[in-house]
Formats: sequence, structure tokens, C-alpha cells
Amino acid sequence: MVFEGLAEKLQNTLQKLKGKGKLSEKDVKNAMREVKLALLEADVNYKVVKDFIKKITQRSVGQEVLESLTPGQQVIKIVNDELTSLMGGTQSKILFASKPPTIIMLAGLQGAGKTTTGGKLAGQLKKTGKRPLLVACDVYRPAAIKQLHVVGEQLEIPVFSMGDKVNPVNIAKAGIEHAKKYGNDVVIIDTAGRLHIDENLMEELKNIKVEVKPHEIMLVVDAMTGQDAVNVAETFNSQLGIDGIILTKLDGDTRGGAALSVRAVTGKPIKYVGVGEKLTDLEPFYPDRMASRILGMGDVLSLIEKAQASFDESKLKKLEKKIKNQDFNLEDFLDQLQQMKNMGPLSQILEMMPGVNNKQLKNLQIDDKELVHIEAIIQSMTPEERKNPSIIKASRRKRIAKGSGTTVQAVNKLLKQFEQTRKMMKQLSDMEKGMKKGGRFKIPFF
Amino acid sequence: MLKKFFKKLKKDEENMNEVEQSQETNSDSIEESSNLKKEEKCITTQILDSSDKSPSFFNKLKSGLLKTRQGITEKIDSLLKSYGKVDEELLEELEEILIMSDVGMDTTLKIIERLRTEISSRKITDTSEVKSVLKEILKELLQTSKSNDLDISTPPSIILVIGVNGVGKTTSIGKLAHNLRSKGKKVLLAAGDTFRAAAIDQLKIWGDRVGVNVIHHQEGSDPAAIIFDAIQAAKARKIDVLICDTAGRLHNKKNLMNELSKVFKIVDREFSEAKKEVLLVLDATTGQNAIRQAQTFKEVADITGIILTKLDGTAKGGVILGITSELDIPVKLIGIGEGMEDLQPFEPNEFVEALLSEN
Repeated sequence: MVFEGLAEKLQNTLQKLKGKGKLSEKDVKNAMREVKLALLEADVNYKVVKDFIKKITQRSVGQEVLESLTPGQQVIKIVNDELTSLMGGTQSKILFASKPPTIIMLAGLQGAGKTTTGGKLAGQLKKTGKRPLLVACDVYRPAAIKQLHVVGEQLEIPVFSMGDKVNPVNIAKAGIEHAKKYGNDVVIIDTAGRLHIDENLMEELKNIKVEVKPHEIMLVVDAMTGQDAVNVAETFNSQLGIDGIILTKLDGDTRGGAALSVRAVTGKPIKYVGVGEKLTDLEPFYPDRMASRILGMGDVLSLIEKAQASFDESKLKKLEKKIKNQDFNLEDFLDQLQQMKNMGPLSQILEMMPGVNNKQLKNLQIDDKELVHIEAIIQSMTPEERKNPSIIKASRRKRIAKGSGTTVQAVNKLLKQFEQTRKMMKQLSDMEKGMKKGGRFKIPFF
Repeated sequence: MLKKFFKKLKKDEENMNEVEQSQETNSDSIEESSNLKKEEKCITTQILDSSDKSPSFFNKLKSGLLKTRQGITEKIDSLLKSYGKVDEELLEELEEILIMSDVGMDTTLKIIERLRTEISSRKITDTSEVKSVLKEILKELLQTSKSNDLDISTPPSIILVIGVNGVGKTTSIGKLAHNLRSKGKKVLLAAGDTFRAAAIDQLKIWGDRVGVNVIHHQEGSDPAAIIFDAIQAAKARKIDVLICDTAGRLHNKKNLMNELSKVFKIVDREFSEAKKEVLLVLDATTGQNAIRQAQTFKEVADITGIILTKLDGTAKGGVILGITSELDIPVKLIGIGEGMEDLQPFEPNEFVEALLSEN
């Protein structure tokens, strides 16, 4: 889980403050020392931590906080605020050029994940209706061009390359021409990984920048990077001038301190985060949501968005009607299950719930297989049975259990749960009838 | 006891003076001379010894280290000079340097704690002595119960290279193959990374470059099967060293880690007569996560050594101190550049010097 260690430690520390009716300066100082240690353990840059702690301490020991009725809560709010602003405040998107093609250049150290990220980014843009072109400018690493081609093929996105004997500057230029000719409105230039202190290669990047004038220069940074993240980001920014940052490998159990540092030293926003090995695993970065997730306050916004993206709008409307008319049946139940699965593994969903903290999650073994079993049981029923579960008697139960490879007890349990859900829904819809109709989002039930 | 100790201190001091004088002429002799002799002996016994490397390589290394050297005098020395006495503030500054080098909070606190006790027990009042004590402590942390050399003395041997994504596994293998081949070893490579796009091609290109055969299947095939084939080929061709690439995997992905266990099972069953080295590749730019990586990989693999890559940047790789001392895994090789020659035996003294330097 992202920010695992950091989240746990910060939550523990702040929990201690929460319960206190009165805070002394000493309490704050002690808490801040623990926050400091947690941040350092999470690889946040030393200097960034120092500044951060100073700011929070200053704000926290002010009169209004110490004299307020809930000083602990106030401090948590301050930490949340500062954490959010440290990570960049609001979400920043890629700015598209008024006159296409929009040129995006990726740069970074070796092994940061530029090529994979380039593919992922192109895939995302394609989904939003853009026509991206990938340009292979990494002429140094063996088979890097081939890698981009393979990625492009998987995503059905064109890749422009000229082999590894041509100067990257020329490849970039020719790539842009190619894009103009073939109507690609976004060009993503993949460059070779390089050390920020490698003057020759940095010069090459500058030349590409001068020649093709990219609209966005993105620095790709490995989320596991330690204290050096600051040096890297600073040097790339001062030498090349970057517009945004993409953080990769956030799916590791990384403490993600780099996320906090790079933004702080460059002042440039983190625009995307890579969260998995699949080519779809790239997400926009929301500083505020990340901050509340770190502090264990949940991320309801992302949850709702995820639900909205995974649930079929028209199906939802139909369902609503069904619930009102009380003819919700097992068929719909199955449908719900399948849509729920689209949202991703249950553990990930739970992570975003407010009030669910890391410790609880750690002890909880969430079994996605349970869902598979339920699915199997329902699928072993005849359409008649699904529509009218009351006809399922002993022998039918036996047959269903056999068919789904489960036990009669499991079938019983499911039918009972379903009956309860139906009852609950009836109550809910009765309640709603009494209320004014509002356009609020219906939380999918289970 | 105390007498002996003072004698040593004096010697240290003398040596330091000596170093300062000779620094310009010979940038390689910052360590005390007795140590130097030991080092020399050590280097010659190393498998990757540098006697057969071209002079251009030496120049390269020297210039690299020169930069480091200048850094040391700048940072630690100026710090120590600016402090007239040994006090808490000085320790705090040292703490900061260690943290900035990715040593990590826990290990840093331990180091500083030890430094504090050493200072009081040895009654150190001179700031310049603090440095040598600190170095002693750091070197001790780098010391494991195992040797820092690759053990491939009696053929056949097999080297498995593992690590997370993007740390430089394939590149390190290419360099290692070159190194062993230039020593007259018969080397074979196995392209066990069947997951990442074009990883097999990358290894094949390295194979062509250094003139070594590569056993491979196509992308997406079972890595264990490739390792099996490679072992059979190594036996048939009477290969000295078989080096196996594996797919980069984040250590928290269970299935991929299980896949690794399967590979090890194959190796144990099919190639039990071979000397086995399992090298974990760690990226020096990685922060505290490297400890988790080492811990988790250690659960599925009997890691015999570490390759620390990308030390040619500004990253210090200080996290390695925690790994060697806690997990008792020695660092065997370091990567210091993009060229074929840029894989070096690990030298604790050099490393400690570099760690305490400024960029």
C-alpha cells in the first residue's frame, strides 16, 4: 500500500493528540518530533522535513489552536493543510496546445520507468479521444526502441522511430513532422535515461527542447527514490526547466517520500502517478486526496469517482426503479457484484474509506474469492430461480450447491443474505419516498 | 589498553597529515598505509581484480574518485574544523549528513549513539578524531560474516540476478559477463525476464556486445523453463559461469515472488553441483525502501550478495549500511557507469569515504 509506513506512524502520532482537551507547547513539540521521524523514515528530504515541521509547529503553538476546544483536531487539520500544500494543493492537468500537436517530452534517470510511462500516458490520452504518437529517442539503452514498439503495439498506438544510429534531436524533429502529416494531435517523446550530472546527455535534452519546443516536459521519478530525489529534480528543473512530474512505482510498499520532496523543491506539480504493471495503471494525482489518505481520513472522492466510472449509469437507473417497485432479484444482485468487481480489489476500495486505518486493514484478510463463490452460486441457478428465489427448496439447493462446487450451507447463507438485503432496501426506498427527491448519488449496496 | 589506543590515535593523526600532504600527488592514498597494504592484498584476491583492465579505465576511476575526495575535504573536514569542540551540535550535524546520504533514521540513530559512547569512553576532545571514529563505525557496519568476493572459483557456477524493476539487472549482467569473459571464463547468459517488453532483446544485444551466447525463449514464456534449458546447455557446453536474468518484480507482488521460488527449485534440482550465487541488485538512488526489498527477497531467495548500481550519480546509497548490518548480506559489486567496464568490486573503505563526502 502506498505510504504505508508513513501513514501508520502519522496516524498513531496524531491519534495521541486527538484525545487531549488541552495542548501544551511541549505536547506539540513531542508530536512534531515523531512526525519528523516518520517523514524521514519515509525518505522525505531532510531539508523539506525541517521546513515542514517548522511551519506546522509555528501554526500549532499559536493562541487560537492551543485555546480552541479541540486543539488536537486543529493540529491534525494543520498537518493536513500543510501536507496538501506540500504536495501541490490542487490537481494539475496536462495543458494541451491550442494548435496541435501537443508535444510532451519525458525525461528522467535510468530505470525510472519512462518508456512504460510513455505508453501508459499515450493509452490514457487515446481513451479521451486524442490521437497520440510515441517517438522513440532512446538510442542508447539496448532494445529500448523495441520496448516502446512492443508497448505501442499492445495499446494500438503508433510509434515513430529511426533506429539507434540517428541523433535523438533529429528523431524528435522528424517525429513531430510525422505527427503533423498523419494527424496525431499529441506527441510523446521518450528520451534515454540519464544521470542529472551527465553534462553531454543533459545538453542533448536541451537541444531537443530548443528544436521541438515541447509544451510539457515531464520528469519521471521513481517513487522509491531516497534523499537524492531532490538533487535529481532540482538539477533537471534548473537545467532543462520541467513542467510537471510523473511519479512511478507507487504500487510498491514505497513510503513515497519522494512525492513530498520533489514538488517542494521544484515547485512543479505531480501530474500523474504510476500504480501498477498493467498499461492502464496510470492515475491523475490529487494532492488533497493523497494527504487525507496518508492521515487516515479516507478518500471518499476517489471512491465515488471510481464507482461512477465502473458502474453503468443506465443500469443504475433501471436498478433504482426495480428497488422502488420491489422486484429486485438475484439477477440484479449478480449484476451488482460484477460491477463491484470492476472497481478493483476490495482491499483497495476499503483503503479509501474514511475511518478504515492501516492497522485494521493489515489484520483483515479480504478474500476476493468470496465474491467468485457467490457469483458461481447465482450462476448455477435457473433464470426462473433467480427471478423468484422463493421457489428454491431443498432439492434445488442441493443441485445449486453441486453445480457451483459449494455447499448447501453456502447457498442457504446467500439466500438469507439476499432476503435481508431486499428487506433493507424496501425500508430504504420507503424512507426515500418520504423525503424530497434529490439528485444524490446512490451508494451501491452489497 | 589505553596506551595502545593512544598509540593508534597518534598513528591515525600522523597518517592524516601524511594524507593531506600527498593528496595532490596521489589521490588514492587517503587511508592509512597499513590499511592500504591490506587492501592491496584484498584486491588481488578478488575475482574482479583490476590488473587486467585498460589504463583508460584507471583514469576513469581515478577521476571519479578525485571528485569524491575533494568533496570529503570540503564537507566533513570543514565541518570538523569549524567546530572547536566535540559537542551535541556537532553530532547533530553528522546525523544530518548521514540522513542525507539515505542511511535512514534507525541506522543513523544507532551510529550516532555508538559515536557518542566511543567519544566519551575514549575521551575524545579533538574534532578531527571524531571523523576516524565515525569511519571505523561505518566500516564495521559494512562488515558481514561473509566475503565480499564473488565465489565462482570452481566451475561450473551459476549466478542468479534478482531485483525490483529498473534497478539495472540486465545492464549489470552485461557488464559482469564482459568482466568474466575478459578473464577467460566461458560464460552463458539466460534471458529469464520474459515479462518486460524487449527485455530479451536487451540481453541479446549485451550478449553480442561482449561475445557471449544467450539462451532465450519468447516473451511471456515460463522463466523456469528457460533456466532449465540454460542449465542443460551450460552442462553440455561445459560452461564456467551461467548468469541468469530474471524479471524485475516489486517485492510485494506475491505471485511473482513465488515464480522466483520455482526458478530456485529448478536450479537446486538440476544444477546442484554448481556453485550458486544469488545477487540482489539494488539501486543506490533508492531510499529506505531498499531495506524492505532486501528483506522480502531474502524470504524467497538465499541471497549471497548485493550489486549496488548507479553509484555514479549523486546518490550515496547509504541505505546499504542498514542492509549489511541487519541482514548480513555483503555487497559484492558496484555499478559506476554505463560502459562495459563500469562494474567494480566493492571496496568498503572507498565507500565510506564517498558516503561522507558532499556532491
